[in-house]
Amino acid sequence: MVLFIIRFHCTFICIFILSKINLHTAPHPVVLGCAPAPGTLNYTRINTMIHSLFLINSTADIFLEKHWKSVVSRSVCDYFFEAFSKASDPENVPPVIPTPHHYLISIFWEKTFFVAVIQNEVSPLFVIEFLHRVAETFQDYFGECSETSIKDNLVIVYELLEEMLDNGFPLATESNILKELIRPPTILRSVVNTITGSSNVGNMLPSGQLSSIPWRRAGVKYSNNEAYFDVIEEIDAIIDKSGSTVFAEIQGVIDACIKLTGMPDLTLSFMNPRLLDDVSFHPCVRFKRWESERVLSFIPPDGTFRLMSYHVSSQNLVAIPVYVKHNISFRESGASGRFDVTIGPKQTMGKTVEGIVVTVHLPKVVLNTDLTSTHGNYTFDPVTKILVWDIGKMNPQKLPNLKGTLSMQSGVPKPEENPSLNIQLRIQQLAISGLKVNRLDMYGEKYKPFKGVKYVTKAGKFQVRT
Amino acid sequence: MNYAFRLFVTFSAGEIFELKAELNSDKKEKKKEAVKKVIASMTVGKDVSALFPDVVNCMQTDNLELKKLVYLYLMNYAKSQPDMAIMAVNTFVKDCEDPNPLIRALAVRTMGCIRVDKITEYLCEPLRKCLKDEDPYVRKTAAVCVAKLHDINAQLVEDQGFLDTLKDLISDSNPMVVANAVAALSEIAESHPNSNLLDLNPQSINKLLTALNECTEWGQIFILDCLANYTPRDDRESQSICERVTPRLSHANSAVVLSAVKVLMKFMEMLPKDLDYYGMLLKKLAPPLVTLLSAEPELQYVALRNINLIVQKRPEILKHEMKVFFVKYNDPIYVKLEKLDIMIRLASQANIAQVLAELKEYATEVDVDFVRKAVRAIGRCAIKVEQSAERCVSTLLDLIQTKVNYVVQEAIVVIKDIFRKYPNKYESVIATLCENLDSLDEPEARAAMIWIVGEYAERIDNADELLESFLEGFHDESTQVQLQLLTAIVKLFLKKPTETQELVQQVLSLATQDSDNPDLRDRGYIYWRLLSTDPVAAKEVVLAEKPLISEETDLIEPTLLDELICHIGTLASVYHKPPSAFVEGSRGVQHKRLPPRTGSNESVESPESTQPVVGQSADQPPAVIPSQGDLLGDLLNLDLGPPASTVSSGPTSTMQMGAMDLLGGGLDSLIGTSFGSPAVMPASLNAPVGGGLGDLFDLGSNVGIPCGSYVEPKTVSKYPAQCLLFSLRFSLLKYQPFISYLTISSSQVCCGICEE
Repeated sequence: MVLFIIRFHCTFICIFILSKINLHTAPHPVVLGCAPAPGTLNYTRINTMIHSLFLINSTADIFLEKHWKSVVSRSVCDYFFEAFSKASDPENVPPVIPTPHHYLISIFWEKTFFVAVIQNEVSPLFVIEFLHRVAETFQDYFGECSETSIKDNLVIVYELLEEMLDNGFPLATESNILKELIRPPTILRSVVNTITGSSNVGNMLPSGQLSSIPWRRAGVKYSNNEAYFDVIEEIDAIIDKSGSTVFAEIQGVIDACIKLTGMPDLTLSFMNPRLLDDVSFHPCVRFKRWESERVLSFIPPDGTFRLMSYHVSSQNLVAIPVYVKHNISFRESGASGRFDVTIGPKQTMGKTVEGIVVTVHLPKVVLNTDLTSTHGNYTFDPVTKILVWDIGKMNPQKLPNLKGTLSMQSGVPKPEENPSLNIQLRIQQLAISGLKVNRLDMYGEKYKPFKGVKYVTKAGKFQVRT
Repeated sequence: MNYAFRLFVTFSAGEIFELKAELNSDKKEKKKEAVKKVIASMTVGKDVSALFPDVVNCMQTDNLELKKLVYLYLMNYAKSQPDMAIMAVNTFVKDCEDPNPLIRALAVRTMGCIRVDKITEYLCEPLRKCLKDEDPYVRKTAAVCVAKLHDINAQLVEDQGFLDTLKDLISDSNPMVVANAVAALSEIAESHPNSNLLDLNPQSINKLLTALNECTEWGQIFILDCLANYTPRDDRESQSICERVTPRLSHANSAVVLSAVKVLMKFMEMLPKDLDYYGMLLKKLAPPLVTLLSAEPELQYVALRNINLIVQKRPEILKHEMKVFFVKYNDPIYVKLEKLDIMIRLASQANIAQVLAELKEYATEVDVDFVRKAVRAIGRCAIKVEQSAERCVSTLLDLIQTKVNYVVQEAIVVIKDIFRKYPNKYESVIATLCENLDSLDEPEARAAMIWIVGEYAERIDNADELLESFLEGFHDESTQVQLQLLTAIVKLFLKKPTETQELVQQVLSLATQDSDNPDLRDRGYIYWRLLSTDPVAAKEVVLAEKPLISEETDLIEPTLLDELICHIGTLASVYHKPPSAFVEGSRGVQHKRLPPRTGSNESVESPESTQPVVGQSADQPPAVIPSQGDLLGDLLNLDLGPPASTVSSGPTSTMQMGAMDLLGGGLDSLIGTSFGSPAVMPASLNAPVGGGLGDLFDLGSNVGIPCGSYVEPKTVSKYPAQCLLFSLRFSLLKYQPFISYLTISSSQVCCGICEE
């Protein structure tokens, strides 16, 4: 109950702020998409790529600001708030917003907006990529990138931002290098620091900063040398009413966790590299070797990193691991509807499908649900109208089913839209594209590392239309 | 670190004094903690400038962390306390000589960020040393510092010869230094558009390409953007640059990918199309663009805006990738709308069935904006792919049956466009449309419906009743509807003169006597005179055959498209406007254009050239038009001069010569006459415009335009001459491709003429 009151209170404040903002920004319409009146950039005052950065939480409060040049007034964010108040959902706030003298380029990362203020013609992708890098770095340093964790570490955040960008030029964005310059906070270190009086800022120039392999530091030592690779594939698919595939593709990544002493030079080869026609690599991968031999040859960064991501295009046939039988209908009279959904295995390559969760965004007129499930639990939030059915592992002998009635607002016409089912699932030890790692060889060092490859297939944006 | 959070909540004025005491403490630890507190309150936007002298006192220390923190503070507040900032200069100069390269770089970096004139004088000597420092880390930091200093005091940088040192750094042995030097030079060059700072020649290009492989992702972006400004000497050089840039398409950083795409799209222009490599390059461009669409939604949005340009320039690249643009229901709305746009651009006979099925699916979604656009898209498909028109119409009819208000209205608007494209083919649906007459409450839909009734009055038995029902609330309607109603009733009268005389009298008097709107009044008078002087002529004018609307709507005008292709990845490409349209003043803006294709014998038209361009193939860009004013001049000329029969050949350079004259003298006299009597005006326009006049008279405001790209400027009113402008604008509509350009300029031109 107390929690509820606090939440209510916050919403109230937020509305107040927004309405105030609306009042005095009314003469400058902020327009979605192709704006007819983008702000006029001032070319006489050049030329910081990112002039300032504001961090804003999802209730529209600015909780951090950093200016790389002169201070830009907070009021510039009013334009952002205006777009924010217009958007139905925080995710729908347009990423580029024009104002009379600046552009605001923003990303939305775990309930936090990173809003960059731009004053001259730049590449928006450059800015967006950089903002993502900032968010990832915070995540890396503080375990999570949230308002609380940032506020707890304001000084480190500031030091990091200063180290990452100099006059609009990204300086050090590799987490390996940053960690040498500014040590991440740990409980142990803060205890040690208070006792010994040492600092958390590195005194030495990071060794990787200027070598031709900036991603790796010198003098890495491990007692256990290990190299693990995770091949993770996500299926993005749209399945239509009748169960046929409208569109399906696979987004794959290979994440690596490498803890190897010295300067190892690795070569990773695949059984069937031909599957990969559209790839992007970590800068460490030698592109020429890939072009000529279809192997990944690289000196790895130390620790965890994304080695490559790939895309198996929609032109190849993509196996769809599950099928869904559904019958969701709304009756014109009687203020009720039927809901009946069954999930079954389709092309699972003999593996078990786990972690199945079905999410349905039901129409606004649905008031409540009365359903029974054969497997797992379901919850329905009457405020957001989101129905979540957590099935877990699928038993092919007895298919999971969720069935019952929906009670709806009476006296309202039946909804036109058909809710889509969003499906999450996981299959261990399988890369659905069929990709297989052949072997990993190491050159340049003498010891024998532990090696391992793990495969997992997940549903990405997997939706079934009803 | 919890103090930071506490501070955020409970910072009070009294604490300032406490901080002051701590800053002046003898204990190092205490000092550091105090500075940290100061920085923490700075980050949340609190003013701690009062502590300036105390913080600066902490600067002389061998503790790197403390030094960094003080520097951070200095950068924020030096500008507001210039006299105090001088106190810091000595420490800076000393730090620039420090044996630790990290400290040298830090000092030169911070000094450049302090925008105080007095300090910049002291900066020159240390900077010169750092630019030649033995440590590349210091050199690369110093390179950026030159750009900073140039921003503060350009003259100083030139006098001190820093620019030449910077140019030398392009040949540095370290790729990071090269990248930063390029970035700094590009930045400086941007404020001196005519300077020859980045003198690109094959040798320097070669150096850049070598550095490209080795520097960081950000450096790669700077180098690629710089490469894009180079014009290769021939197709062979162009090909070799393309070959070396292609590997960047596989980079994980999407900004690198898009910058590489820009370079390739630009240099591709020079390659002969029959070259094998050309086809290969086309194939290589598709996968990275598709990959961009699996990134975060913000990146997707920018990518989609750019893909929109690429698809218009070279549709062949993505023609097989339609499916990746299918909308997922949890895409953010801004991504959905962009995807829809591209789907229509890629729609062809081969994939139309799939596209239609998708669009129909979208039309039942929740989001109103998206549904509207989807319905409109169905209409655009009908217009674009003739074979699908019938299916599109039946899909639209299905949607009308749903009776969802905004779907019905949107459907009626697009069906009107379909009628314009395929006259006398689908009129059987009119009955269904008429059933929904009462539910229409949006001006655009009402106007479209009225247009349909007027246009097909002879087939609708109760057309007079229908129109009469609209007439009741005439004064409450929007101008768009009023104009349309006027035109429709005049059409009806010309078709069925016996029964509707009273109706036409009524509408003419409503329009001319009871209305304050000059548009409406003038149009009313024109009709009135026309009908009373010569009904036969009136019939010829008002019921004249209309030109069909073009297949592709809202295409970007080709010269603009070429310019935007040169700006792929920038804000200009996101807004689809040339940088000059939203950059204050012309400084720093150069019109970039695609290089000419070598190997074909066409010469590039210079803007001054008076040779008409003959036999320009469709995919070849027409001569570059130097400015908006001239473009409009062109269009005016095309309209007012002898009837231009070859619209497709585009504006030719010869016509530019007289255009401005016409705009000046010619228009003046026209405006003069229109002041006198509105009846004279049609006569003076009649000869040149011909069929276009009919177009004007029965299209009316906005209704003939199939898509939203053209927005009528709302500021125009009060002047009788305005009617003429109106007619000019609408006769321009025949030249669809130019509409997007006109939206920018037409309001300015109107103002210009009204002032005269």
